[in-house]
Amino acid sequence: MGIKDWTIIFVGASFTLYLVIAWISRVRDTKGFYVAGRGVPAAANGMATAADWMSAASFISMAGLISTMGYAGSQYLMGWTGGYVLLALLLAPYLRKFGHFTVPDFVGDRYSSNVARSVAVLCAIFISFTYVAGQMRGVGVVFSRFLEVDINIGVMIGMAIVFVYATLGGMKGITWTQVAQYWVLITAFLIPAIAISFKLTGNPVPQIGLGSELITGDGKGTGLLEKLNQINTDLGFARYTDAFGGDAMLNVFCVTLALMAGTAGLPHVIVRFYTVKNVKAARWSAFWALLFIGMLYLTAPATAAFARYYMIDSIDGKTQQELPAWFENWEKTGLILWLDDGDGKLRYSNRDDNEVFNKGGLTGPAALLGWDKIIGSQGAERKEALKLLNGQKKIRGPDKDIIVLATPEMANLYAWIIALVAAGGLAAALSTASGLLLVVSSSVAHDVYYRMINPEASEARRLLVGRGVIGIAVVIAGLFGIYPPGFVSQVVAFAFGLAAASFFPAIVLGIFNKRVGTIPAICGMLAGIGFTASYIIGQVYGGMEPWCFGIKAQGIGTIGMLLNFIVTLTLTPLCPPPDERVCALVDSARRPETAEDTAPAAVDH
Amino acid sequence: MQGYWRKNVTIMVVLLAIWAFVGLGCGVLFAKTLNQWHLGGFPLGFWFAQQGSIIVFILLILIYAILLNRLDNEYSGDAGKEELTATTESAGGTEETEE
Repeated sequence: MGIKDWTIIFVGASFTLYLVIAWISRVRDTKGFYVAGRGVPAAANGMATAADWMSAASFISMAGLISTMGYAGSQYLMGWTGGYVLLALLLAPYLRKFGHFTVPDFVGDRYSSNVARSVAVLCAIFISFTYVAGQMRGVGVVFSRFLEVDINIGVMIGMAIVFVYATLGGMKGITWTQVAQYWVLITAFLIPAIAISFKLTGNPVPQIGLGSELITGDGKGTGLLEKLNQINTDLGFARYTDAFGGDAMLNVFCVTLALMAGTAGLPHVIVRFYTVKNVKAARWSAFWALLFIGMLYLTAPATAAFARYYMIDSIDGKTQQELPAWFENWEKTGLILWLDDGDGKLRYSNRDDNEVFNKGGLTGPAALLGWDKIIGSQGAERKEALKLLNGQKKIRGPDKDIIVLATPEMANLYAWIIALVAAGGLAAALSTASGLLLVVSSSVAHDVYYRMINPEASEARRLLVGRGVIGIAVVIAGLFGIYPPGFVSQVVAFAFGLAAASFFPAIVLGIFNKRVGTIPAICGMLAGIGFTASYIIGQVYGGMEPWCFGIKAQGIGTIGMLLNFIVTLTLTPLCPPPDERVCALVDSARRPETAEDTAPAAVDH
Repeated sequence: MQGYWRKNVTIMVVLLAIWAFVGLGCGVLFAKTLNQWHLGGFPLGFWFAQQGSIIVFILLILIYAILLNRLDNEYSGDAGKEELTATTESAGGTEETEE
């Protein structure tokens, strides 16, 4: 059986499983729809959180980024796991104690203001859609490569599945589907890593294999990391293990911190802690979540290093006849491209003689030529085109997204393992998409419709609106997948930056500082969002220089967050303190949980 | 309940200090210095950035959950009987799903 047959079996089986789970866990009330009836056990919630959190970006893109960036890629590893420490210590238990349904709900109640609530709703929706767009691209890439169907059909199949289990089961259906998706994606990530580690270093534990000596190839007897340093140096890249691979320390620091605070402030992650039974379970659940996430995140650096070794080893200096099959397979997708300068040998390097590219967006004089003309060029024309292409950093080298998906092929693993990776990529993308769509649904149906427009709405009506909104959201997300906005990868910086600059300070201060009132909090959020958004937009679209200490768009959320804290705390002594109701609310969150807290409280709608 | 809150904040501050030292310190700020030494086949700074920090993060949340849940039991009255079973109960996920 070939890769395609195996893929159909794995993808078909996993999709069927998701639908069966959806049918079993369908719900009848809003509590079930938004917070899974608050009855999810801690360990199961940990798995669901892990699947919710680990998106196509974690599964498909992250190892590719580390592979290309070397040490600087660690910012993603530390940022996306370190955020859970903030979440577990500063937010999760208290938010669970308040007992709301959504993040905007907390912001609106704590600062007793519908303006604050609306700002939070807009941020939640923006962050969610930004993220969903990225997931849909992941689904499209997997379908088009492994099932050789049109990307649009792939996206539609994916959306149909999400539509069924999200509208039927709401948070409850999503939770239990995510538990299943966690196991699909982690198996799919670990098996190839273990197989490759064994093949390359003789040690089946990838985390140890990463620091071991190679047992094959011309680098036999050399340490893997040492070999990578040597390869990178030869090809003109920065050494793999050197801090920070050509990036400035301040920049890496800011990106790491922005990702940490952003992670803690992402609404689809926070909302998962509303689904457990009590505060104690929320604390345990945070531990389980990071443990399950850690299984992938501790393996990703190994996958990244193995992929770097295989990729360069199997293509650099090869002729057309010698190139491996995976290269041709991926060439069809345009994510990797070889433009020979005439010597018949492929050269991948960080210098001007590089011949490997990905079909990204062209700018400047290269855009006037266009890809068709460049690919069709010969002789002197080709050399001129290569010069232009090598001036554009983003399209140099293969697309980072193919690294994880192509590594099993590079290492010549069995067809079924390659197919398993496809199913894992889909599980990662779909689980995150469904969690995000629920945030959109609850923000609109609960915070806007029920809390602001029609507080008299009956239970049945609210449930209907919730289902309707999630249905519409699925369709919009599907359109993002079919007509992908060209700026997806850039706006992801937005999602984290905004979460770090808006939600994180507002929630932390709301819990730990009783004096902060409505006006300072709103001003702080607006200052944080305004600064972060204008800086990112200016830099990404306006070609603005990174004037703020050379910090790039991805890391600016750190400064936005500081600005939010400073503005809020400076204005606080000048503005009236919050009323007694709010003080009592904060006090209640600071007391240990008793039996009566677990029963529905006043704020529990 | 001032005592409870103060202890809670102390635990939190200590754990967050470790978090900042290991993640932002060893992984980023002191990375160049740490890279002079090796841990097996890994330069030390590189190991902290890609392995060590994540392991420490997991342990920090584990310690926090154990300490805080114990503190909750101490202050919520019926400490004696719950304290011994709390950990295993929540960890094993034995709570019934309510419908």
